[in-house]
Amino acid sequence: MLTFSFRRVWGILLRHLYLLKHSFSRWIDLLYWPTVDLLLWGFITLYLQKDLGKMNIPSLFLGALIFWNILIRAQQGLAVGFLEDIWARNLLHLFVSPLTILEYIFGLILYSLFKATLASAIMTALSCFLFDFNFLSQGVLVFYLTFGLILFAWSIGLFTMAFILYLGQEAEILAWALALLFLPFSAVFYPVSALPPLFQKIAALVPPSYFFEAFRSLLLYKKLSFSLLYKGYILTFIYLSISGFFFFFAFRFAKKQGKLVKIGE
Amino acid sequence: MHILLKVKGIYKIFGKKEVLKNISFELSSGEILGIIGPNGAGKSTLLYILLGIITPEKGEIYYFGKNFFHERSSILKKVGFASQYVSLPYSLTVKENLMVFSHLYEVKNPERKIDELLRLFKLKDKERVLTRALSSGEMMRLNLVRANLSDPEILLLDEPTAGLDPEYVKYIGDIFKAKAEKEGKAIILTSHQLGELERIINKILLLKDGVILGYGTLNEVFQKFSVSHLEELYFKVFGDVNL
Repeated sequence: MLTFSFRRVWGILLRHLYLLKHSFSRWIDLLYWPTVDLLLWGFITLYLQKDLGKMNIPSLFLGALIFWNILIRAQQGLAVGFLEDIWARNLLHLFVSPLTILEYIFGLILYSLFKATLASAIMTALSCFLFDFNFLSQGVLVFYLTFGLILFAWSIGLFTMAFILYLGQEAEILAWALALLFLPFSAVFYPVSALPPLFQKIAALVPPSYFFEAFRSLLLYKKLSFSLLYKGYILTFIYLSISGFFFFFAFRFAKKQGKLVKIGE
Repeated sequence: MHILLKVKGIYKIFGKKEVLKNISFELSSGEILGIIGPNGAGKSTLLYILLGIITPEKGEIYYFGKNFFHERSSILKKVGFASQYVSLPYSLTVKENLMVFSHLYEVKNPERKIDELLRLFKLKDKERVLTRALSSGEMMRLNLVRANLSDPEILLLDEPTAGLDPEYVKYIGDIFKAKAEKEGKAIILTSHQLGELERIINKILLLKDGVILGYGTLNEVFQKFSVSHLEELYFKVFGDVNL
């Protein structure tokens, strides 16, 4: 029987907010890296701007950087949130409670949204204040791109969690590495056309490449390419379907093998 | 007395090893069932199957007349679990951990319930302490608080008195007895503290290599094996295991 309780979803979110409340290092991770990234890239692009006159280099780079950070934070909110429960040996307690796996995933999704929102807010404020670039100046069009990237981030988060359940805790490195695997093909800081032909073919299968291309067209030509957006969303939903299927398969496998009891030991 | 739990023909295999073979038993309100067996007998695996965190190869489980595999979430609201071997997240305070789980169990008026249970299990003064600062005995009592948050009909307890000081072993044993006798709750527990176990259980299940060697009321099993107390029974049935 399918049951769903928002109160239990809130319970999962609360568990991670309490953890954050007590952990200085987790606050540093959440606030420090986006700030350093933004300052570093902001000043590099200001320097490049002097040589490359016409194009608005800081806007292109800083916008891409903020989008990429949103993606990373959303993906890690899911995958690292799951790891936090493994490290605390809390999965057993969670799954002998009435909590369903769907409620657990939704709780982590809310936590990942919280992290992505906080990181992007800091970066947006800094880029406005220091580099005169307003990430939100394109209005609702930015939301379309952001939402697509967050959906993709969750699919990578689900893949990571599935690998950890299937292969064991040794696979936890994927929580940091898997999204970076997509970075070269995502055309974050350069157009797809800058890639070698083989890489361009791979990029065609990577949803963020469409979203970042759409972002560049929005900034350069003040027009959002909806055909790029559609392709990006269709691919993203394919990724989400496969990752969701793989995760639920891995969860059932872990219950069959008794891994939920042992994981984290 | 009415049946709260019915287990029929549970089998579990890990790799090539059969860890549970054809396990069947029942538990009614007011009963305290002790599962006894040497290490590796399959006691914990059986408890985890009853909690749905390990899936059996075969078999059926009914709680309150409902199929556990079909109505897991609603059933687990009325089933509490505590284990000596599992701690709650160290980085949260005692109260925060309990608040999280009170949401997961959808406890009404959680503040009042947490306060009541912290007092019952003598942890009220630890409410704002980080869980990592608790001793092993306090951690076990915290697990027991968590297990009782939803006022469950059935408690599944894995070594609930291990690590506790003797006065707490007796105190908590008395709580279990009162829950069964006065409130009609049912309890399943595993323990190696045979003296204490004999004081509180009224039903027993002997498990060795995943097979039930004996099952029934304490007197029935004592008669079957011609013994007069639990320690004698243990050594008669399992005595050679660790030699």
